[in-house]
Amino acid sequence: MSTVSTTLPDPSWTLPSRGLVGIACLIVAESAVFIIFVVAYIFYLGKSISGPTPHDVLDVPIIGTICLLSSSLTVYLAVRALRKNKVRLCSLWLAATVLLGSIFLAGTAREWYQLIYQHGLTIRTNLFGTTFYSLVGLHATHVIVGLIMLTLALVFALLGRVSEANAGRLDVLSLYWHFVDAVWVVVFSVVYILGR
Amino acid sequence: MADSLPLTGAIDLTSAPKARPLALEVLHAWVTTVDHKKIGLMYIGYALVFLVIAGLEAVVMRLQLAVPENSLVSPQVFNRMFTMHGTTMVFFVGMPILFGFGNYLIPLMLGARDMAFPRLNAFSFWIAAFGGLLLYFSFLGGDGLYGAGTAPDVGWFAYAPLTAKVFSPGHSTDYWTLGILLSGVGTIGTALNIVTTIIALRCPGMKLSRMPLLVWLYFITCCMVFVAVGPLTAAQIMLSIDRYLGGHFFDTQAGGSAVLWMHFFWIFGHPEVYILVLPAFGFANEIIPVFSRKAIFGYPAMVAATVAIGFISLSVWAHHMFTVGLGPGANTFFTLATMVIAVPTGIKIFNWIATLSGGNIRFTVAMMFCVAFLFQFLVAGLTGIMLSASPFDWQLSGSYFVVAHFHYVLVGAILFTIFAAFYYWFPKMSGRMLDETLGKWHFWLFLIGFHLTFDFMHIPGVLGMPRRIYTYEFDRGWGVWNLIVSCGVIFQVVAIGCFVFNLLRSYSKGRIAGPDPWDAWTLEWSTASPPPVYNFATIPTVQSRRPLWDLKHPEDPDSNYEM
Repeated sequence: MSTVSTTLPDPSWTLPSRGLVGIACLIVAESAVFIIFVVAYIFYLGKSISGPTPHDVLDVPIIGTICLLSSSLTVYLAVRALRKNKVRLCSLWLAATVLLGSIFLAGTAREWYQLIYQHGLTIRTNLFGTTFYSLVGLHATHVIVGLIMLTLALVFALLGRVSEANAGRLDVLSLYWHFVDAVWVVVFSVVYILGR
Repeated sequence: MADSLPLTGAIDLTSAPKARPLALEVLHAWVTTVDHKKIGLMYIGYALVFLVIAGLEAVVMRLQLAVPENSLVSPQVFNRMFTMHGTTMVFFVGMPILFGFGNYLIPLMLGARDMAFPRLNAFSFWIAAFGGLLLYFSFLGGDGLYGAGTAPDVGWFAYAPLTAKVFSPGHSTDYWTLGILLSGVGTIGTALNIVTTIIALRCPGMKLSRMPLLVWLYFITCCMVFVAVGPLTAAQIMLSIDRYLGGHFFDTQAGGSAVLWMHFFWIFGHPEVYILVLPAFGFANEIIPVFSRKAIFGYPAMVAATVAIGFISLSVWAHHMFTVGLGPGANTFFTLATMVIAVPTGIKIFNWIATLSGGNIRFTVAMMFCVAFLFQFLVAGLTGIMLSASPFDWQLSGSYFVVAHFHYVLVGAILFTIFAAFYYWFPKMSGRMLDETLGKWHFWLFLIGFHLTFDFMHIPGVLGMPRRIYTYEFDRGWGVWNLIVSCGVIFQVVAIGCFVFNLLRSYSKGRIAGPDPWDAWTLEWSTASPPPVYNFATIPTVQSRRPLWDLKHPEDPDSNYEM
């Protein structure tokens, strides 16, 4: 009798999907990176030795925030549609997600343009400039990466290359997007509410 | 048992042997491979090359310090040597060699055919390897400004504001930052891969409570990598912003804080010590039971102690910063947290001793390295407890006592178990045994060299010799001790020579190992040596922590005793 059997594997032996575990690990590691940037932002609040200060120049980006947070809902709906094999509905929701994310990014671009050209705040100006641009910029980089991947998914969906079988992968992407949104909640609270 | 496969059906005997491939085909196969075994071997080979390079840098330092008022190398070269030695040993020797063994062993031990994300695995390896090349390219390309110096010379923890553009002109510090940033990306990628493999790719029956302890230790290590290496990466991004874009994170003249860099670096730096030592514990956990012919004592306690170390190690970083003046509250907290971590570590030592106790011990070279590890790790832990008391640390922080302490951990514990791992798993990786006689030469020479160097290094530290000094005067009373320390290096160099010669010779001329030369119990020994590309033709099913014991002793399987 051998206890290391070579018969076919037990069908009841199921383990978590590697995509979900992988993205969870990535989220933990990325969170650690963001925490350090948030800590640096909070640590340097009010320590700039010259102006401008957050209170002088920052406006609360309400529209961008609403767009970004609601894009979490649309990407969720896209995954749900794909699970029911409604590819056209899925592409519609993906397009909505990309659109909402782009509006957020455009809002950030406009904000930075005003800060640089009207208020003269750059990354070299003072500690506020350094910490603000790096924290918001790090988040915006993640939004850009997410948008590139969502656009790819949308293109594949429009070309008819996406089916119900890909729902697991789209789910992984949606988790990344939810993470980017959750980070924005923290960045928004720290930069635009507590720090102003 | 040594010649026949313990597990029937583990390898596919039907495929015909192929003709000998061309050299270019072999090279192409290695560069494009996504096989966890080949990537693991590349990690190990690349780490060995850097081990020799960084070892030679240490030799230069010891030659310079062997006698007082020496001027063998210039102070600038000396600064580059200790910076490059420390950076290389931590990021391009320690991490890759441990990830190499992890890559190679974890899928085999779990009964899987590869890692969870094979292409990410290859990416992580190449990006980390590129980081190492970038660091060493600084010797050629770091000279951005005439006379600014080539290789990084800011110390391995690169304290601000020395790293600011004003104080470190040229590109040398940029190479340091970028090299470590890339290595960090690779490290996080591999850690993600290992955790996912462990959670999602275990063979049927391989419950978490049945995994080999090595796999458990890598699991905790990789979870720590996420929370420790992330901050390092963030800090390197900040330093790059300061140096390239004119930011002020660590610019003290614009209100930035040098102490913040210290915090960020050591939030990485101290868990890093445990990231390096936990896989080393993992090797001991596999090797000691096999050569004591007993199952590991206290498996659940070992796992619990590892988890405890993982958590506590995240709250001890400021013991590197007692001399900063953090205030009594912080000093007390970090002193206590550091002392508490000795408890789970002590549990591990007791468990290893209990495993040895009453066992039928076989003193192979691998086992000799493990026994030396037990004693040396104990001493390293004791000096660690001494240094954890902040008043004691105020006296000796930044002295050679600290250097001796952490080398006792890094060499006496980690490097010794890595050598043990080589002697234990080389037969699996190459199909041939390492020579035991040469191995004993390696062991004894290295043991003598290690103790000459690092035992006696404590004394000039207690006498007040600061680390990183270029030279010292005759009347300090440090001369004799430094000479003894430097003499120990000769033994270590000869020992490493024996080891490398042994590796090269045994690879082509060693005795054929067979699948299971040590009569061991974990799944990697159930397939051929070296294992086929697919590891297991049929995925095995396990019923206990020692599947091969069950197979060899069907009358008394382990599964009868498991709770």
